[in-house]
Amino acid sequence: MYKVKVYVTLRESVLDPQGKAVTHSLHSLNYPEVSDVRIGKYMELTVEKSERDLDEVINEICSKLLANPVIEDYRYEVEECVPQ
Amino acid sequence: MKFAVIVFPGSNCDIDMYHAIKDELGEQVEYVWHDTENLDEFDGILLPGGFSYGDYLRTGAIARFSKVMQAVVKAAEAGKPILGVCNGFQILLEAGLLPGAMKRNESLSFICKPVNLTVANNQSMFSTAYAQGETISIPVAHGEGNYYCDEETLAKLKANNQIVFTYQDNPNGSLEDIAGIINEKGNVLGMMPHPERAVDELLGSADGLKLFQSIVRSWREANVVKA
Repeated sequence: MYKVKVYVTLRESVLDPQGKAVTHSLHSLNYPEVSDVRIGKYMELTVEKSERDLDEVINEICSKLLANPVIEDYRYEVEECVPQ
Repeated sequence: MKFAVIVFPGSNCDIDMYHAIKDELGEQVEYVWHDTENLDEFDGILLPGGFSYGDYLRTGAIARFSKVMQAVVKAAEAGKPILGVCNGFQILLEAGLLPGAMKRNESLSFICKPVNLTVANNQSMFSTAYAQGETISIPVAHGEGNYYCDEETLAKLKANNQIVFTYQDNPNGSLEDIAGIINEKGNVLGMMPHPERAVDELLGSADGLKLFQSIVRSWREANVVKA
């Protein structure tokens, strides 16, 4: 069994209105050293071992549903875990 | 002409859409639940506004995989008129029936007010009852209507005259003031403003009615054989 941690963020070329608002807010809280914030989503998938290649499955899931390739990028980390 | 109003869990403008077609336009209309697999009996498909599946993950992302959407794709390929309003537009984008994507409004707030639009293309099957360049008043009500596409897609939209409606005073940050676009074939329209909420002067505007009249007019021209 695997735990897959998926991170979805707006693509670099796409302006992030939420991130911009949070950056402004941090500046007004007197953290001028923060130059940019990008807001994204974090998802944890529990995936059983199967015949299929795990990377292939995860890439398919991400591009079909978890991320919208028009405006979003994704990356993921895989942890192997022992079922309880 | 017989219309289908597709109802997803979380749709909330389905009744307004039904009212616009039945009582104001005077055509046939039925509600169709999202697990319907066949839309062959309908001449036009309407995807109403709302918050399908609670807007979980992304607006329209989950509705796009409901059973009825395969039938909507089939209807689109058959050349039937398909109109997606607000959440319906978001679903059409997620389904790839229209190009681009929606982002949160630039202001990050939900905007609900009447806005002035310019009819940028009155040659589409959804806009022939309007004059080219006409100003119309239609309400918007959305939190994610900030239309985005890459430069290549934008160039295509312009070259094919696919931008049908634009905002006069951009409320949400949409690229090039885009309020509504059609697909390349011209039979799928997605728009954030709600024409079904502007079908009677009592509602503040009847400017939306011409959109539905345009659909009926072009359908009659194509399908009704004169005796």
